[in-house]
Amino acid sequence: MGELKLMKGNEAIAEAAIRAGVDAYFGYPITPQSEVIEYLASQKPEERTGMVLLQAESEVASINMVYGAAGSGKKVMTTSSSPGISLMQEGFSYIAGAELPCVVANVVRGGPGLGTIQPSQADYFQAVKGGGHGDYHLIVLAPSSVQEMADFVPLAFDLAFKYRNPVMILSDGMIGQMMEKVELFDPVPRWTDEEIKEKCPWATTGKTSDRERNIITSLDLDPSRQEKHNHKLQEKYRKISEEEIRFEKIECDDAEYIFVAYGSSSRIAQKALQLGRAKGHKIGLLRLITLFPFPYKELNDMAPNLKGILSVELSAGQLIEDIKLAVEGQVKAEHYGRMGGIIHSPAEILEAMEKNIIGGKK
Amino acid sequence: MRDELYNELVKSENLVYKKTSLMTDNVLSYCPGCGHGTAHRIIMEVIDEMDMQQDTIGIAPVGCSVLAYEFMNIDMQQAAHGRAPALATGIKRLWPDKLVFTYQGDGDLAAIGTAETIHACNRGENILIVFINNGIYGMTGGQMAPTTLPGMKTSTSPFGRNTALMGNPLKITELVAQLPGVHSVSRQAVHTPAAVRKAKKAIKKAFEYQKENTAGATFVEIVSSCNSGWKLPPAKANEWMMGEEPYVPVLSTGAIR
Repeated sequence: MGELKLMKGNEAIAEAAIRAGVDAYFGYPITPQSEVIEYLASQKPEERTGMVLLQAESEVASINMVYGAAGSGKKVMTTSSSPGISLMQEGFSYIAGAELPCVVANVVRGGPGLGTIQPSQADYFQAVKGGGHGDYHLIVLAPSSVQEMADFVPLAFDLAFKYRNPVMILSDGMIGQMMEKVELFDPVPRWTDEEIKEKCPWATTGKTSDRERNIITSLDLDPSRQEKHNHKLQEKYRKISEEEIRFEKIECDDAEYIFVAYGSSSRIAQKALQLGRAKGHKIGLLRLITLFPFPYKELNDMAPNLKGILSVELSAGQLIEDIKLAVEGQVKAEHYGRMGGIIHSPAEILEAMEKNIIGGKK
Repeated sequence: MRDELYNELVKSENLVYKKTSLMTDNVLSYCPGCGHGTAHRIIMEVIDEMDMQQDTIGIAPVGCSVLAYEFMNIDMQQAAHGRAPALATGIKRLWPDKLVFTYQGDGDLAAIGTAETIHACNRGENILIVFINNGIYGMTGGQMAPTTLPGMKTSTSPFGRNTALMGNPLKITELVAQLPGVHSVSRQAVHTPAAVRKAKKAIKKAFEYQKENTAGATFVEIVSSCNSGWKLPPAKANEWMMGEEPYVPVLSTGAIR
């Protein structure tokens, strides 16, 4: 059994980064995730593993430091919260276009604009549909506990290097700030420079006489080649959609109604599920772990056996669009969620299920 | 007789110049008369002379030299507009034994990338920033740059840069020279053979410093002509660049720090 600790979600990400053998963290403080860089600074990562920690002048700079270092084959990451993530979109687009591995965590807060510093899930569209310019996808993981904040860091790097694609850990201010028991995985060593050259033959590690020069770019001015590159990216996303969908079904076997939720809303929905079951409602929960790729087929297959779906999200209703695409009208699906940093209670979620789905018309 | 002369001439001891293998054979995408080709060549010659090809990583910007990686036979990464010093920071921090340099134009470095430039220099990142200054946005067709001189005509200042409306040219090289993290700053040019030799020397000095030290940014500005953007024939562009009127009196060449 690994080391047990009581930690904030933000601290868990930071500790996991050191233990996962991450080479560098570049970041810029923003509430509610500044504990990530503060925790790292307190740990002297340069002494523990040789990990580089640098506070950049902006989120624009930190994502571009990540872009540069990722191009040289190193394991690098950054974290931020919604307004900072908006600034990083240019970088994500370049990193996705140049097919580089990196990990970024978004500890989402309420928006739009400067919004608020309380939890929100209103960055779903930005995370799963693109955010930056061009046809690209991030792989998006949604932790729902402090444990998963830690565990998803090495998982995110595995996926990032497997597919040479940026991976986002889409968290929120609640998961980032709350403290829970975490079982920490054992540290793995950072890759040596020789290992990097072997694992990442594409990286800018210096042109040797036995290979052509390595070029990291998202530019190709020839439209036919650029289209070919786009096809290649789409093929990769298709493969990811086939092989990397992750979700958890909770009490779905006999369920007539389900909540679909991720992150902190899935925790609250699980409590609402228990309250509903106590009242005799056959409710289940489909907890999404990957948001891209999305389990369209799973939901489509479940739909004929369901009487209704309530999407629960701290937003005006973003996840619900993918649910509706998935069920193709086979079953009623609606959204419930609070906005602007207000967190819904289990009772109000259950009430929404009872009024809008169970008692409502199909 | 002619064959004898030829055979005599091609002897290796008579060789006075050879294209460095660190320049690829790809045809340069620059306009005839542009300074980029010369600037590329002297940087590659220095890396070749230092035998550092396998230990150098370059960053290409956005602008005319966005395709620098097509011509420089080294590992390179292409940056988003203005972000090259941030990329270089990320690479150099993780590969401290490599030579890392950025190659940026004035729009890239002194407008959209001002923050990245200033902060990378101020942190003392041990990188070389090569700043190609031609006072204009070349690639997009000759618009006003942060470095466009007062009164200078561009496609977005067709009646000349009016400083009251459009602000003053930014002397970013002088600005960078004030920063404690910077080891050396110089302004060079590539419009005459003598200037090219001096510019190459400055590049070499900067790379040698980077190789032997662990901190301290080096910054070499190369004033370069953009005859297409300036609407001048190449020879006139060179004259204008270092003539009595604009560039030299405004921008004196040589070591600044």
